[in-house]
Amino acid sequence: MKLDQAARSIFLREFVSAFWLAMKYFFAPKATINYPFESNYRSPRLRGEHALRRYPNGEERCIACKLCEAICPAQAITIEAGPRRNDGTRRTTRYDIDMVKCIYCGMCQEACPVDAIVEGPNYEFAVETREELLYDKEKLLDNGARWERELARNIALDAPYR
Amino acid sequence: MTKLIIDGIEVEVPSEYTLLQACEAAGAEIPRFCFHERLSIAGNCRMCLVELKGAPKPVASCAWGVRDCRPGPNGEPPQVFTKTPTVKKAREGVMEFLLINHPLDCPICDQGGECDLQDQAMAYGIDTTRYHENKRAVPDKYIGPLVATKMNRCIHCTRCIRFATEVAGVPDLGAIGRGEDMEITSYLETAMRSELQGNVADLCPVGALVHKPQNYNMRPWELSKTESIDVMDAVGSAIRVDARGREVMRIEPRVNEAINEEWISDKTRQIVDGLRTQRLDQPYVRENGRLRAASWQEAFAVIAARVRGADPKRIGALVGDLVAVEEIYALKLLMEALGSPNLDCRQDGAALSPAQGRASYLFNATIAGIEQADAILIVGANPRTEASLVNVRIRKRWRLAPLPIGLIGEPADLTYGHDYLGAGPETLAEVIAGRHSFAEKLKSAQRPLIIVGQGALMRADGAAVLALAAQAAQAFGAVAEGWNGFCVLHTAAARVGALDLGFVPGEGGLDAAVMAQAGALDVIYNLGADEIEIAPGAFVIYQGTHGDRGAHRADVILPGAAYTEKSGTYVNTEGRVQMANRASFPPGDAREDWAILRALSEGLGSRLPFDSLPQLRRKLYAEHPHLGAIGEIAPGDGPAAIQALAAAGGTPSREPFASPILDFYLTNPIARASGVMAECSAIARERRLEAAE
Repeated sequence: MKLDQAARSIFLREFVSAFWLAMKYFFAPKATINYPFESNYRSPRLRGEHALRRYPNGEERCIACKLCEAICPAQAITIEAGPRRNDGTRRTTRYDIDMVKCIYCGMCQEACPVDAIVEGPNYEFAVETREELLYDKEKLLDNGARWERELARNIALDAPYR
Repeated sequence: MTKLIIDGIEVEVPSEYTLLQACEAAGAEIPRFCFHERLSIAGNCRMCLVELKGAPKPVASCAWGVRDCRPGPNGEPPQVFTKTPTVKKAREGVMEFLLINHPLDCPICDQGGECDLQDQAMAYGIDTTRYHENKRAVPDKYIGPLVATKMNRCIHCTRCIRFATEVAGVPDLGAIGRGEDMEITSYLETAMRSELQGNVADLCPVGALVHKPQNYNMRPWELSKTESIDVMDAVGSAIRVDARGREVMRIEPRVNEAINEEWISDKTRQIVDGLRTQRLDQPYVRENGRLRAASWQEAFAVIAARVRGADPKRIGALVGDLVAVEEIYALKLLMEALGSPNLDCRQDGAALSPAQGRASYLFNATIAGIEQADAILIVGANPRTEASLVNVRIRKRWRLAPLPIGLIGEPADLTYGHDYLGAGPETLAEVIAGRHSFAEKLKSAQRPLIIVGQGALMRADGAAVLALAAQAAQAFGAVAEGWNGFCVLHTAAARVGALDLGFVPGEGGLDAAVMAQAGALDVIYNLGADEIEIAPGAFVIYQGTHGDRGAHRADVILPGAAYTEKSGTYVNTEGRVQMANRASFPPGDAREDWAILRALSEGLGSRLPFDSLPQLRRKLYAEHPHLGAIGEIAPGDGPAAIQALAAAGGTPSREPFASPILDFYLTNPIARASGVMAECSAIARERRLEAAE
C-alpha cells in the first residue's frame, strides 16, 4: 500500500468530498420545480391550447374566412359558415378543432387575418376521454374569454417581431 | 389576315381581331376585367394596356383593332410589346387605381379564392398602398332573390349591364352617376326580370355581385368539382356540380359552344337546395291508406305480391322528365320480361313517336345551327321559358342581323322583336297556304327554321299539328340539302332518350293518358313521372327522388337518385347524347335507379341480364349504338321522316296553343322542393298579376 493511498483512507477523503458535494447542492438553488404548484417561464410565442377571441366590445372576431381550415396541415379544423341571423354578417355556424389531430404548428393563427384563432399559453388541458378533445365553437370562445388577458399580452409582446 | 409582331413573335391573325385577341394568339397573357369574349367591348377597366410601337402611350388592347395598327416606316408589321417595363408600370398603375376604392375584405368576400381582381392583384399589382384617404362607400342594391350585391367592391367593369342588355335581353341593370359616383343599379331596386340573372354574378370579376342563396356558405377551394349535364330542361346545358363532402353546394356553367355557350338558366343553377329537401330516403309502403316506412325487402315483397298476380296486359309503366336513359332501358326490359305493352314516356300526351323516324322529334337544326337560320317560325312554344338557352341563341342570331321571327301561340315577351301571327293551328295553316304576309318572309329565306313546341303537340290533335308543322317545313324549304330546319323543342330532359329507346306503347298498348284513367290498369310502375294525375284504383309503384305528386299517389315508394347522384345518359332536344356524372351520393337508403330495377326484377322472377352499370351500358349500346357516342348527334333520317310526317295529315282543331310551362321556376319535383325557386316563382307571379291589372 502506498503512503498517499493510506492517508486518503485514514482521513476519509472520498467520504468527506462526497459529503461536501451533497451539501453544496443541498443549499444550491433547485433546477426542478414543484410542477402543479409552480410553473416555468412561458414564451409569449408558446403554442398551447386554442382559443377564439372576441373584440373588447364582445363581438366575435372570427369572420368565417376559412383560411385556418385551408392552411391546417393536419386538417383538424372544420368550419361551416353562413350569414348570422340578426344582422346578416358572415359568421361561423360551426367551428370545430380536433385537438387530437392538431399538431400545434400555429399555422392557423398565422393565417388568421383578424387574430381570432390563437394558440394560447395554456398547455394543461389533459382530459380523460378522447371526445373531450373535440373542441367546438363554444369551448373555443370560452377559452378565449378565460385567457384573453394573457392572449392580448402575448400578442402585444410578439408584435414588434412581426 | 394581318401580320403582327408580338413580343418578338410573328403572328398572322384575322384583321377583325382586336389587339387582345392577337396577343393571346401569340401566347401572351393579357389581364382584363371589362373585356369578355361574348359581350361587347367596353374598354373601361384599362387593365389590358399594351405597348404599341409608334403609339405615344400604352393602348387598351381590348378596344384596339388589329387593323388600326399602323405598319412601320418601311412597311414592317406593327410591333406590340406586352412584357416591357412600361407595360408593367402601366398595369401596376391601373391596379393601384382600381384598388383605391376596393375594400380589403377578401376574407369575408364570397368571391375570395376565385376572384379575378385578387388573382390579378397578386400577379400584376404592387404590395403596398399609397392611399390613406377614406374609401368610397356605396349602399348595396336589391336586384333580386338570386344575386346579392356588395357595391363597395364594384370596379365598374359594366359586364353585368352588358350581359343583361345584350345576352339576356332584359335591360334591367344600368349605371347612374359618373366617375367615382357611378353606381350599378336596377334603377327602382326591383328584382331583375331575366331568367338568366345568375350569370351576372359569374361574370362579375370581383365580389360585387355574388350568388345570394350561397351567401357565405362555402369557399371555392373546399369544393370537389364534377362535370355533368343539366336536366331542368331538354337543352342539356353543360354544368359543373360543386359538392362539399356529400352535399351539392352549387351548380356552375361549363363552356359548351354547341349548347349553352357559357350561360345557364337560374333554374339550372339555383336548384341545389331542392336536392336536399323533400327527399325520399327510404322505401315506403301504403298500409290502410297511410304510407309507412319499410325496408327494401318489404317493399319488394309487396310489389312482387301485386305484380305476380296481375294480368301482364293490366300492368303499365310511365317515365318522367328527369330520368336517365339507363333506367328507362332497365324498366323497358323489365316490362318486356313481364309481357306488358303499356309503356309511355309522354306524360303530357305529346304526339311524338319514334315510329315516325328520329328526325320527327328532334331539334334537327341543332342549337348552334340557329345562328345560320335566316327566318324563324315558332309554333306553340315559348322558348324563353321552355328552353332559355335556345332563346339566348335565337336572340344572339337576331342581334347579328335582321331576322324575321314569327310566333304562333301564346303571346310572350321573348326578349327579341318578333311578329305575332296568331294563336292556333289555323294561323299556321294560313301561313302555309300563303295567305299570311309572314309566309313571304319564310319563302324568301334560304334556311328557315320551324320550331314546334310541346304546347302545340300535347293536345288531342297534336299529331295533326305536328303534320301541319312538317308541311310548313316542306312548303318553305326548311328541309333541304345540308339544312333541316324542322325543330321540335322539348321541355323534358328524359323525353328524347326515352323516345330513342322506344318507350312508347307497344302492340295494343295504352298511352299515358289512358293508363292514368281509373280502371285502366291494375299496376302502374311510375318512374319519376310527377306531372300526371293517376286516378285512384291502380296499384302505383313510384320510383323517384322527391315527395311530390307521384309519391303522394303511390302505394309503394322506392327512393331513387337525383341527377347529381348517379351517372346517367341524357339525350337533349337536338338528339345529342350526353353523360351526367355523380357528384354526391343518394341520401339514406336511396339507391341508383338502374340498381333498384335490377334488384326488383329478381324479386319478380324475371332477372335483368346485367349486374353492373357497365354491363347495362354494354347491352344498351349494342342495341342502340348511337347512345354510345357521347357528345355526338347521330345522323338521322331527316328529310324522309319530315316528308312522312307531312303526309300524315289530319285536321287540327281551332283551339289556341297553350304553353306547357305555367311557371318557369316550378316545372319539376326538384324545383318544387327548392325554397329559392319558390321565392323566384312568387316574384314572377306577382309581376304577372301586376301586368294583368
